[in-house]
Parts: sequence; structure tokens; C-alpha cells
Amino acid sequence: MSEEIKLMKGNEAIAHAAIRCGCDGYFGYPITPQSEIMETLMDEQPWKTTGMVVLQAESEVAAINMVYGGAGCGKKVMTSSSSPGVSLKQEGISYIAGAELPCLIVNVMRGGPGLGTIQPSQADYFQAVKGGGHGDYKVIVLAPASVQEMADFTALSFDLAFKYSNPAMILADGVIGQMMEKVVLPPFVDRLTKSEIEKQSPWATYGKPASRKPNVITSLELESKDMEQRNLKFQAKYREIEENEVRYEELACEDAEYLLVAFGSSARVCQKAVELAREQGIKLGLIRPITLWPFPTKLIQSYASSSKVKGFLAVEMNAGQMIEDVRLAVNGKVSVEYFGRLGGIVPTPDEVVEALKAKFL
Amino acid sequence: MKEEIIIAGFGGQGVLSMGKILAYSGLMEGHEVSWMPSYGPEQRGGTANVTVILSEQRISSPILNSFDTAIILNQQSLNKFESAVKPGGNLIYDGYGITTPPTRTDINVYRIDAMDKSVEMNAAKSFNMIVLGGFLKISPIVKMESVILGLKKSLPERHHHLIPMNENAIKVGMDIIQKMN
Repeated sequence: MSEEIKLMKGNEAIAHAAIRCGCDGYFGYPITPQSEIMETLMDEQPWKTTGMVVLQAESEVAAINMVYGGAGCGKKVMTSSSSPGVSLKQEGISYIAGAELPCLIVNVMRGGPGLGTIQPSQADYFQAVKGGGHGDYKVIVLAPASVQEMADFTALSFDLAFKYSNPAMILADGVIGQMMEKVVLPPFVDRLTKSEIEKQSPWATYGKPASRKPNVITSLELESKDMEQRNLKFQAKYREIEENEVRYEELACEDAEYLLVAFGSSARVCQKAVELAREQGIKLGLIRPITLWPFPTKLIQSYASSSKVKGFLAVEMNAGQMIEDVRLAVNGKVSVEYFGRLGGIVPTPDEVVEALKAKFL
Repeated sequence: MKEEIIIAGFGGQGVLSMGKILAYSGLMEGHEVSWMPSYGPEQRGGTANVTVILSEQRISSPILNSFDTAIILNQQSLNKFESAVKPGGNLIYDGYGITTPPTRTDINVYRIDAMDKSVEMNAAKSFNMIVLGGFLKISPIVKMESVILGLKKSLPERHHHLIPMNENAIKVGMDIIQKMN
């Protein structure tokens, strides 16, 4: 059965994909440039069809704590926001990571800091991959670069979140959220029944039968010794994720002397920059990290160690955040430079090529 | 085939919906398409623009700094985007309210008085379809049938009775566009 090709915004694709992948609940609060996620859900009224709950909470803080509650019950739940709203959610995300619960958080980034601008940005990279909230925790971060990936990564994020009992995040930006492209939506999957949830998540607080002790969902551990053990368990899980879940795309890398590293909409701009540079005889390639955590460190290491590659240019819509992870991977073997635009400006393909020439040629 | 288009004018002129119909028309013919709007406060009374790309191949950047065609509907947008047309490319502008017409000689400049025509036809809302007609006359990148299908896809069903009017406006646009250089 082939699905119809549709034309829609990235934000709309997330909403449709959520309904289709059997999501139990969405809790959010409107903010540009991602309000179409909740608007589309409200239009679709999935509570009448799949039974999915869609709720506009009183605040971002309330929404993330509703997600915490729903996830604790073993439900497939999500929230979405844009940069300032995701800052408000950080306490909740830390608690959810500390309680080892699966959920999906979508951040359609806009320019910051503060209320900033509503235009596209990638300045929440640090917040997404290095913590954001307090404590030694990690969130699985996926960076879509197309409307199709907005749809695909919704289901994938939930799969990964449940596989590792860990929050997953889609880190998009205003470009990917607002633009329309072709998309094939995933097939409908039924929401889990109560007995299926009991089987999938025996730790969940779905209602205690007389036959077992109560399940407890908490991030609190008053004994330091126990808390250390808990942390060690988290770290072991994170190493497993780093081992198994790295995703990336390579474009024109085989013979490349210079490599761009870019994610999300910057990677789209860089694809065009690669085309332009190749027309001018520059052997340029692109590495697009799809998972920002876990980061494709080994891949970048291997290119840095090859004799062909003379330099890397990290292209980001921020002041240089991902470049730190690129530099850690390259470890001084070749030069790693930065190019980016700030505050809601999207770089153009020409600017990227010019920056490459200025830094390296 | 690959056509990189910017459509720019005032918010409310139907800039975004013209782009949407073009994108849907491309979709109907199996092309790769992208539609990237300017979004935000500038849409309220200020300028609005949308980048539409139709291509037979995978589309790389949805954001561009040069275009095959610029469709320009006010003076501010003309000032901003005249220089962004690729040499040999096309610039189409509506003459209404234009005080400083385009001056480049290395591009094809077309004028379409769609605003005046739509008022004359007592169909101000079909303004953007007249402009679309003019564009399709000089760049027939999609067939008329695909545009009609695109209209059906992008308009809610309660507006489908307006499709013949839009089709007529497209044909009018094809007739009234004129080359200026």
C-alpha cells in the first residue's frame, strides 16, 4: 500500500506523524515558529479517532510536567516549543532523564538569547546536547534537515526513547518548521492498549494490581551511594547509545579535500555550497550529523586521520557551538574553522563558499 | 528542469498563496518542490516573500541568494530583489505603485499590470492568479491542468467553485504580460 505524497510544513508533518505513530498525548503551549504543531493537532482532532489527547497547557512548565506524568504511566507522550519555551522546560527534562522515562521534546529553534527573534537559529545546540538542565544526563537529539525527516524522526524518536527509557529531542529550526516540501507520512500504528503498556513498561505506574509492590517513579535518591550507582547506570546506558545510535549523512566526501560539517537547515544551505564549490573546482564535501547526541565523533576522526582532508569548516546558525564537538573529534590533526550567522539570519550558499575560500584557500 | 523563484510583495497580496499553488502544481507533475516563506511580523502590512523551487532533482538549499525568476509586486521588493536575479533570468513586476522601474539590461524584464486589470475585472482577489498567468506565459514550467489540480489541492473545498474564475485570471495574465527590454 503506497501512501500519497503530500505537501506540507515541517511543523504539520510532526503533528500528523505523531497521530500516526500511536502517540497517546501532546501537551504544549504556543510559540512561533512552531505553533502549527498544536494547531494541526487541534484541526485533526485525534481524540475522536485514535484517542490521542491534545492539550494546551497553561505554560511550558505545566506542559513538560504533564509529559513527565504521562511518561510515568508508560504512555507515548510529547511536547513541543521554541527556544525560550524549551528553556522553561529544562527542569522537567532533567527530572524525566533522572527518572529514566521515555518522551519526545520538539524544539523548533529561533534566535536568542532571551525572547530574541522569531526567525530561524541553531543557538540551542549546547542546551540540547550538553544538558540544558542540571545533572549528568543526556537527551538523544535528532536534527531533521527536511520535512520528510520531521515526519520520520517523530516515530524514530519515540522508538529510541522507549528502547533506552530516555527522553529524545527533535532539534529543528524555523526553516524546517515553516517550509513546505513533499512528504510521505508514516502508516497508522494503533496506540498501545493497557495490557500492552504493562508488558512494554512493567516499571510504569499504570495502576497497581494486588499481586505486586507499588512501582515508584522518582529522580530522588537521598543516599549518595545509591545516587552514584544510579548515575553509573545512566552513564553505562549513555555509552551504549553512543555505541549504537550514531546517525549521519555524507555528501560528496569520497574525494573531498575540505569538509563542511553542518546539521539541520544549515546542512541544506551547505549542500548547495558543495554544488557551487564543485563547479569552481574545489573538492568540497559535507558531513551532516543527524544525531547531535550521540555525535558522529568516530566518522569525523576517520576523515581527520585520512591524508586527503586538509580542513573542516563548521557551519552553524550560532556563534560556534557544534564546532567544539568537531574539534574534539579532529583533535588537532587538521584545522577546524567556523562560519555562521547569528540572531535569526540564515547564511546563503555563496557566503559559505566565500568563507571556505577565506579560511583555507 | 530547475526553476528557482522569489515572489515578493505586500502581505495580503496573495504572495504566499501564489507560491503555494505553484508548488502544488509542481507536485502534481512529480517534481521536487520547496516553499519557504518569510514568516513573522513583517507580514502585517509590510513585505512578504516566498522562495519556491521546482526541480527534477533533490533540492539542496531552500534559501537562496539568486533566482531564475523574481516576481515583484511592490517597490520595496523591487529595490531588494532586482539585483538577486541571475544574469539571463526573468524579472516580472506589477506596474502599480512602481516609481523606479527596473534598470538591469542583463536580465529579461516583464511588466504585468495585474492590479489595474483585476480592478477593471472587478475581481481584486484574482490579482495573484493574473500574475501567475503572466509568469506561466514566459516560463511554462507546469501545465495548465497541473495548476488547476494544484488549485484544488491548495484551496479548501468550500472555495472550489472559484476555480473557473482563477483559471480565467491565469489566462488574462498570459495575455497582458509585456516585455519591457
